[in-house]
Amino acid sequence: MVDSEKKVFRNDNIAKVTGRAKYADDYTFHGMIHAVPVYTDSVHAEILSIDVTKAEDIDGVRKVLTWKDVPGQMAFGQINKDLYIFAKDKIRYHGDVIALVIADTREIALEASKLVHVELKELEPILDQEKALGDNTNLVNDMHEGNKIAHHHIRRGDAENAFTQCDLIVEREFKTSFVEHAYIEPECAFANPRADGVIELYGTFQHPFSTRRFVSAFLNRQFADFEVFSHPVGGSFGGKDDTISAIAARAALAASIFKVPVKILYDREWSFRESYKRNPYIMKYKYGFSKEGKLKAVNTYMLSESGAVTSTTPWSTWRSTAQCAGPYQVENVHTDVIGVATNNVFTGAMRGFGTPQVNFAIEQMMDISAEELGIDPIELRRINMVRQDCETITGQKLDGHIVSMEEVMDKIITESGYSDNVKKNSRGQSDSDEYYGTGIAISYRGSSVGAEGLDFAACIINCQFDGSIILDTGIHENGQGSQSAMMLALAKEFDVPLSRIKYTRSSTTSIPDSGTTVATRGTMMGISAIRKASIKLRKTIRDTLCDDFRCDPEDIRFENDKLAAGSYSLTWEEAMHKMFLHRTYPFAFGEYKAPRVSWNDDIGVGDAYFTYVYSCNVVELSVNKKTGKVKLLNITAGHDIGRAINEEMVKGQIYGGIAQGIGMALTEELKIEKGKILNPNFNKYKLPKTMDMPEINALIIENEDRSTPSGLKGIGEPATELIAAAISNAVYNATGKRQYSLPIKLEGEK
Amino acid sequence: MNTITVNGREHNIDDSLLEKKLLKYLREDLELTGTKNGCNVGACGSCTVLIDNVAKKSCVVSLSKVIGKSVTTIEGVEGSDGTLHPLQQAFIDAGAVQCGFCTPGMVMKGLDLLSKNPEPDRDEIRKAFNGNLCRCTGYQQIIDAVQIYVERQK
Repeated sequence: MVDSEKKVFRNDNIAKVTGRAKYADDYTFHGMIHAVPVYTDSVHAEILSIDVTKAEDIDGVRKVLTWKDVPGQMAFGQINKDLYIFAKDKIRYHGDVIALVIADTREIALEASKLVHVELKELEPILDQEKALGDNTNLVNDMHEGNKIAHHHIRRGDAENAFTQCDLIVEREFKTSFVEHAYIEPECAFANPRADGVIELYGTFQHPFSTRRFVSAFLNRQFADFEVFSHPVGGSFGGKDDTISAIAARAALAASIFKVPVKILYDREWSFRESYKRNPYIMKYKYGFSKEGKLKAVNTYMLSESGAVTSTTPWSTWRSTAQCAGPYQVENVHTDVIGVATNNVFTGAMRGFGTPQVNFAIEQMMDISAEELGIDPIELRRINMVRQDCETITGQKLDGHIVSMEEVMDKIITESGYSDNVKKNSRGQSDSDEYYGTGIAISYRGSSVGAEGLDFAACIINCQFDGSIILDTGIHENGQGSQSAMMLALAKEFDVPLSRIKYTRSSTTSIPDSGTTVATRGTMMGISAIRKASIKLRKTIRDTLCDDFRCDPEDIRFENDKLAAGSYSLTWEEAMHKMFLHRTYPFAFGEYKAPRVSWNDDIGVGDAYFTYVYSCNVVELSVNKKTGKVKLLNITAGHDIGRAINEEMVKGQIYGGIAQGIGMALTEELKIEKGKILNPNFNKYKLPKTMDMPEINALIIENEDRSTPSGLKGIGEPATELIAAAISNAVYNATGKRQYSLPIKLEGEK
Repeated sequence: MNTITVNGREHNIDDSLLEKKLLKYLREDLELTGTKNGCNVGACGSCTVLIDNVAKKSCVVSLSKVIGKSVTTIEGVEGSDGTLHPLQQAFIDAGAVQCGFCTPGMVMKGLDLLSKNPEPDRDEIRKAFNGNLCRCTGYQQIIDAVQIYVERQK
């Protein structure tokens, strides 16, 4: 199994380093025409009329589509149906699309798009979530009374009473901002009508099945009328779902009318304007402690800005609720997390999904409280952290997996030298030009979607009679290396070399819907399905070939690219050829249903997730006294992910996740004025660059997880959810100034 | 006659194309789609190519500025028999590839750096890549890749 033992395996490596990998905009079809969106300059207005005649008069313009041309539902969504394919009665944010100009070339379409005339009656925009909440006279959307999109709570014990018995009460308010996903590939969708009436879709889709749901609803056609392909996607991080699905539906609508391929390619500015962001939070935290440092009561009240569309806010706010107190045991919890509609750009799924925000608050609350209690912050964490068989704040007993919070924290403290480094903290006192600080944060994170939704996945192993193997799963590759992880897992199941396995060009037609590639669930769910399929397939092969082996089926072993029993063995090719002679397909469909989870929304109790990832980040940094500039010196990050399938790719997830968290903490600020984004491109919206990034020491901690057959728990989101908190603590330790909002902006000392 | 050389092949440029950006020309006219468009304002580096062996962001370079010059795109990096350039192999071995959209630009930028400084240290590599954005990797394995290449060349 030499080739599968390579340190780094990716089935798309060569294609990607040579530029041969085909992304959406790299496809061209014969007879292809182009389309571009039309926006208005308003963020909240009543639409009185839309006049497309001047635009349609331009030579080369095929048609201008508006809501009048939509055969299906005008609005759709993953939860609430309020994302419009075309704005109909109202403009609700700056990215609302009112029309689509279809023309022979993109240039003509762009020219004509300026000639679409819209008559609007401006409405007062709602841009502040605190003011928006409860306002019934000025609604972003009739669906949401008082502009409230979601409300989750936990009522555990009696927090109000518990606070009266506490020795220390700490109250703070924290704020986070919009964050752009900033996938380097902007949106592109391509609809190709096939002769059989099926519309093929290519595009920057995070999850083809989700896109298909949107497209089918908008076009009022059944799922089978579309085939959405999986192909290289230039990053997603949660961001290529709702918006690109609406774009795909516009392309599909145009293609269904003109019966030719239609491409819609987005400029970066349109991508910033129309696509959803990370939800900004306002978080009021109140902690009550005994003088010994026991966290007795927590009260939190949070607003999460959803913008003009629901998208996934009811789910991400639920995760914020279930994880509102971090990896700590608390007997008395009173939590409210509310999603609020505004006329700002809408928000939705982004890597971390409601936890980078709360962790920013929680892990600072722990440091603040430790200082006020006069207890070492590590000790305070140790006193309160979740442990084996304990109960979480939602009443879930953690007895189904190894609770390794302390193990992970201790490992990272040791590796990072944290205990010695804290002694060097400047706390605003330094003889040099710089302050020094180190900071820590820990977290636990429920794997997969938890009680948000139904969780199951499919896999097809299709061995060919020559010994080659075709693999397909319903988990979509977004660049994270999902296909490669699946191939590695399959190679191990049968002890065959990776060179035998090809991952199919997956589509919505090749495999059943396996849920979205979200929630750090892909590898765990996909490999669990592979395990289930492999069990079936081994049985089929053993039952078929046991007569050839003259042994009991169970005695046949799969090892070293062979089938063997006693002294008899067949090479893998010979075995597959024998399957042909027996007229039996070496084929298996595997499906895996995640363990049951539960949630009672009335009181906020339940087994929220079937397992948890435990994480710790430590950062060292310096702050320049004169400029206030934060320089990250190094980061140590550790995660108990159950088991690693492709170690270097796991590390890549950790490095990249941290980079995104650093952006949220230090460099990225989406400037919005009156609902309009002022910095909609990378020259003004500052992603972390190489010089902003420190060296990262990524540590993988493996306590094989018993919750799923995969043995693993995932890494995508844990990697990004706690570095902003660690940085904030380190900035305090450097400067003596607490950070209550992100991104952190420090003034230089005059 | 206006000509430019792309990956060793000469192309005549019609006067009407002189204001066209090199990136658009490469992708649309020559169908060399390995060079990517991430921002179109010269901020992300996905469109990096070599012009007379110097890395340039092709989305902001007009064809008129390239007349008489030689352009190398990612398609011109591997050997004519498909053998990977050692830097490409180093990207693979370092785990420097995730979504891959920035990768061609990163490889081109790396070639530019190595032609000027054959043995850069990690700080020099960081400095060189500061104009190329990657959202997946945190850059660490990209820097590793250049180091692996340098070590292998010794």
